[in-house]
Amino acid sequence: MYSYSDFDEAFVRARVAQFRDQVDRRLAGALTEDEFRPLRLMNGLYLQLHAYMLRIAIPYGTLNPSQLRQLAMIAERWDRGYGHFTTRTNIQFHWPRLVDVPDILAALADVGMHAIQTSGNCVRNVTADHFAGAAADEIADPRPYAELIRQWSTDHPEFSFLPRKFKIAITGAPADRAVTRSHDIGLRMLRDAGGAPGFEVLVGGGLGRTPMLAQVIRPFLPEAELLPYIEAILAAYNAAGRRDNKFKARVKITVFEHGLEAFRDEVEARFAEIREGFAGVDAALLASIRASFAPPPLAARDPAPFHAALARDGAFRAFSDTNLSPHRHPDHAIVTVSLKAHGATPGDVSADQMRALADIAERWGHGELRVSHEQNVVLPHVARADLPAVWAALKAAGLATANVGLISDIIACPGMDYCSLATARSIPVAQAIALRFRALELEHAIGRIKIKISGCINACGHHHVGHIGILGLEKGGVESYQVTLGGDATEAAAIGERAGPGFAHDEIVPAVERLVEAYLALRDGPEESFIDTFRRLGAAPFRAALYPREGRRDAA
Amino acid sequence: MSRPFTPAVVTASDLRGGHVVWLAADDRWVRDIAAAELIEDEAHAALRLLHAQSQPLVVVGPYLAEARRGPHGPEPAHFREIFRSRGPTHLLPGPGPGPVQPAG
Repeated sequence: MYSYSDFDEAFVRARVAQFRDQVDRRLAGALTEDEFRPLRLMNGLYLQLHAYMLRIAIPYGTLNPSQLRQLAMIAERWDRGYGHFTTRTNIQFHWPRLVDVPDILAALADVGMHAIQTSGNCVRNVTADHFAGAAADEIADPRPYAELIRQWSTDHPEFSFLPRKFKIAITGAPADRAVTRSHDIGLRMLRDAGGAPGFEVLVGGGLGRTPMLAQVIRPFLPEAELLPYIEAILAAYNAAGRRDNKFKARVKITVFEHGLEAFRDEVEARFAEIREGFAGVDAALLASIRASFAPPPLAARDPAPFHAALARDGAFRAFSDTNLSPHRHPDHAIVTVSLKAHGATPGDVSADQMRALADIAERWGHGELRVSHEQNVVLPHVARADLPAVWAALKAAGLATANVGLISDIIACPGMDYCSLATARSIPVAQAIALRFRALELEHAIGRIKIKISGCINACGHHHVGHIGILGLEKGGVESYQVTLGGDATEAAAIGERAGPGFAHDEIVPAVERLVEAYLALRDGPEESFIDTFRRLGAAPFRAALYPREGRRDAA
Repeated sequence: MSRPFTPAVVTASDLRGGHVVWLAADDRWVRDIAAAELIEDEAHAALRLLHAQSQPLVVVGPYLAEARRGPHGPEPAHFREIFRSRGPTHLLPGPGPGPVQPAG
């Protein structure tokens, strides 16, 4: 993976020193809270419901074992012994004290990490396919491009005060595991007729209060033009984006209000102006970055021990069925480690588990770890022969839950258990759904389904693109949960449609259960997934299951 | 006619630690809402909030939160404030609370 250059190292260290001084000045009264807030946010430090929260960047979700061990150390020394992986593949500590944050940032810098641009109206952490560099269906590893964008966008003088935050996601495979269409810019790798790599460039996606799917602004952008084209988009947005209304300030609204064609004209005009200026510097930089992402040497390994374990052990077989994905090297597999043990908090990981994951990655996974936007951890390169040992080690750490892609593999934002913006809780809903379907022993029979839960309209829990989306709101002084149906986060992206009136906190799990029962009754065999049944039949039968009394009233 | 004043407590976040605090009648910042001052008079509430706002080196973002009289002292009225007074409602992973955060 990419290692810090001397420039990166000096830059991050300078930021730590700067922030230490800012904290000192705040504590001494030389800075007011109003003056200090933007400074702490620039370093990822929020003040939440119960405590400060530090959001640490994990660029394109890639971590190495020493970084994860350092996060474990930080969790134990300065926090409460755990961290929380987010839907933008970052990690959050929910309990740091302000006075300790400069030391935490220094400890992060020791392992090439920081919290810069994890907040504020700037280009945020660039996310990528969590199977990057390993997936069987990949055209190219998207991470070198993501790193190129990270370097270009870090402290970019023109784009440090955008109208609003700006999120970029990139996938190198036709299967979209990075939810590119929900981003301000989505990049999808393609090859042209001659086989040269490039990108389909999408713009104007976003969830939140006005969910929109990104549209294609350039069907094919040659690889060499990536940086100037992105800069042109940012420049057009920076000039045309609204600054009068925070809720209309994202690029999705700019594109919507101006129209895609007019926005494209602005971008292309700007692109024509700046293209020359890049003069190959970006290509040289990309070439040097690419060397850092050289794939690990993967030797041929006889997978016989894997097949023997499959035949021998039903629990291992269940894990293999759900938590493994095809690797480009046939003797290897991609392991998704579920952070969704039934009843656990989605995305939470204890310090002990961080160390166990670091050890496992080091011993059997070429020292590579990824964080997925679905709040799981990925071991991208594991020999099939080693899978029984990896599974045993994961099991010992409480990390062998065999539920990836199933109903308990739920995305949930921190919600009102932590977040000061939240209007309702998310985590207990996720926990209750997972526990309920385990008790029913229906999880494997239900098969692949995506439930995503947000605790407010900002949609950090991606509820709009869940097959079943749940949005927690406040209604009449109590928590109320609105259900959306038919959303999709993949290359077949769709925004879910609102099903009807909300449900009280104690009604939402039974409501989900009725939806799933309806699906089981309606599906065209076990091969037809929830979303496929929904697409075949539409929302009506699912609405009827959600609101049975209304149906009876209509019939009466 | 204006709405009658709803009883309230003054609450904020501790500047250094970030934890939730409430203002007690004797001007201490306390970690337990039950020990806070329940304010039932609008003019007094405004004075107490001003007092809190005059301590930017101790607390961040003081505000009046609706509360009611309970058997052991003030109790939060809104569910957000209930969660705020009790901490996350789910079981935390890891060994439990980390470094003890001194009050005030």
